[in-house]
Amino acid sequence: MSSALRSIGRSSLGWLLPALLLAGWEGASRAGLIPANVLPAPSAVGEAFWKLLWSGELIENIRISTLRALSGFVIGGAIGFALGLANGLSALSRELTDTTLQMIRNIPHLALIPLVILWFGIDEEAKLFLVALGVFFPIYVNTLLGIQGVDPQLVEMGRIYGMPRKELFLRVILPGALPSIFVGLRYALGIMWLTLIVAETISASSGLGYMAMQAREFLLIDVVVLSILIYALLGKLADSLARFLERLSLQWHPAFQTV
Amino acid sequence: MTAATITARHSFANSAFTAPSARIHTPEPAGKLAFSFRNVAKQFGGTEVLQGISLDVYEGQFVAVIGKSGCGKSTLLRLLAGLDKPTSGELAGTDDRRRTRIMFQEPRLLPWARVIANVEVGLTGIAKGEAARQKSLEILAEVGLADRGGEWPSVLSGGQRQRVALARALVGHPSILALDEPLGALDALTRIEMQQLLERMWLAKKFTAVLVTHDVTEAVALADRVVVIDSGRIALDLAIPVERPRRHASPELAFFERQILDQLYNR
Ligand SMILES: Nc1ncnc2c1ncn2[C@@H]1O[C@H](COP(=O)(O)OP(=O)(O)O)[C@@H](O)[C@H]1O
Ligand SMILES: [Mg+2]
Repeated sequence: MSSALRSIGRSSLGWLLPALLLAGWEGASRAGLIPANVLPAPSAVGEAFWKLLWSGELIENIRISTLRALSGFVIGGAIGFALGLANGLSALSRELTDTTLQMIRNIPHLALIPLVILWFGIDEEAKLFLVALGVFFPIYVNTLLGIQGVDPQLVEMGRIYGMPRKELFLRVILPGALPSIFVGLRYALGIMWLTLIVAETISASSGLGYMAMQAREFLLIDVVVLSILIYALLGKLADSLARFLERLSLQWHPAFQTV
Repeated sequence: MTAATITARHSFANSAFTAPSARIHTPEPAGKLAFSFRNVAKQFGGTEVLQGISLDVYEGQFVAVIGKSGCGKSTLLRLLAGLDKPTSGELAGTDDRRRTRIMFQEPRLLPWARVIANVEVGLTGIAKGEAARQKSLEILAEVGLADRGGEWPSVLSGGQRQRVALARALVGHPSILALDEPLGALDALTRIEMQQLLERMWLAKKFTAVLVTHDVTEAVALADRVVVIDSGRIALDLAIPVERPRRHASPELAFFERQILDQLYNR
């Protein structure tokens, strides 16, 4: 019981600094130290939040952005995972594709924006493509690294005990690669939001990035700040979810054993 | 050189114990062959690691293999376990892979599987579900880990992990157990405990044991027969006809230990 309380205390400790910053910001705005046209007070941002929430505009934009982010993530992540598995398990597949992929990896995916706009216009495909491409590499690279890093002695052990290929994969190789795959997952989630923000800011007619750009045109700085905060929150949410899953599936790992 | 000739050549007159010939434990060569190496050689690249190894091991025998580092002991065991193929020569009695289990210096437990699930790995293709669980629980109790089945391997000590590995190796009732320096990484006291456990399990399960070790004391304490390998060949094949239970560092064992050390260092 007391250890549970302590762990709640621990996890809320991380929120202390943001809360203090927020209070300081509000105080500085009220005292007139920060002009409202540079950075609105948190209370003003809060007001904007309520207004947009009631009009339904905020929810709709969050929904659209989240949907875009997740679809891109699923597409890019699935391809990256599949290729990572294939190249980790088959030398032939690795020799065929890995060099090419490593070459493409050196192109910053956001540098492709002009080309992507030429290909897809400003439609959904453009954003999906960019997010998927951004997510693909961290998942691919870390899945491949994870599989290549599986202890060969354990794999040999599985063979000695006559595990069929499928069982060897599910019981030895995949669990061994999982810590690395999670590193890729969390990194990919960060890239996912980053890519989406950029893509929506440049070309979109809905979504959070679009909302922020519209607000900028009408000099609604509180809405701009609100959009940025919501991006931060969504990013944090995605990361927390990934960490939760990580904790759940890596219980065996000494690093995750809290007791 | 056969084991018999070597024991015969040495006189026991100068030792402080009676001639052990009357209490031979080693199964007589009349027993059934567990496996045999016939003129087996193994090369890696150009180098001959093993050459002309011929070895008949009888069912239920406890054989210790000793030799300097790099002399090919592990290679011998890997051939026995079917993990490598000999370059030339023949192995008999090792066709059914399920009959042979091998234990290494590292326990090689799956860190992401509970202890009980790790033991169940030893029943792959033999038993499943409740039956597998039951058998695994039984053998865990036999190695003294009755209540640790639900733990992660990472919380166990080195000796306990090696016990789990032993349980996993034995749960499927192999007829041959190959052990590649399984106690090499343990501290002295844990080693002795594990040696006793190994002997107890061997007596209870009646498998053929082939133990690679660099510890001569361990070899003579456990084995019916010690094979010394030197530059890829069998240099000595010595019977240890000492009754069990054996006492550590008894003069009888010291006698055999000295013979092996003499051979190893060409004294
Ligand atoms: N897979 C391999 N490829 C090449 N050389 C090997 C391989 N395995 C073992 N060797 C060589 O064979 C020799 C014997 O190795 P090993 O059987 O492991 O010795 P031991 O277990 O007695 O210390 C060593 O010189 C080692 O370098
Ligand atoms: Mg070795």
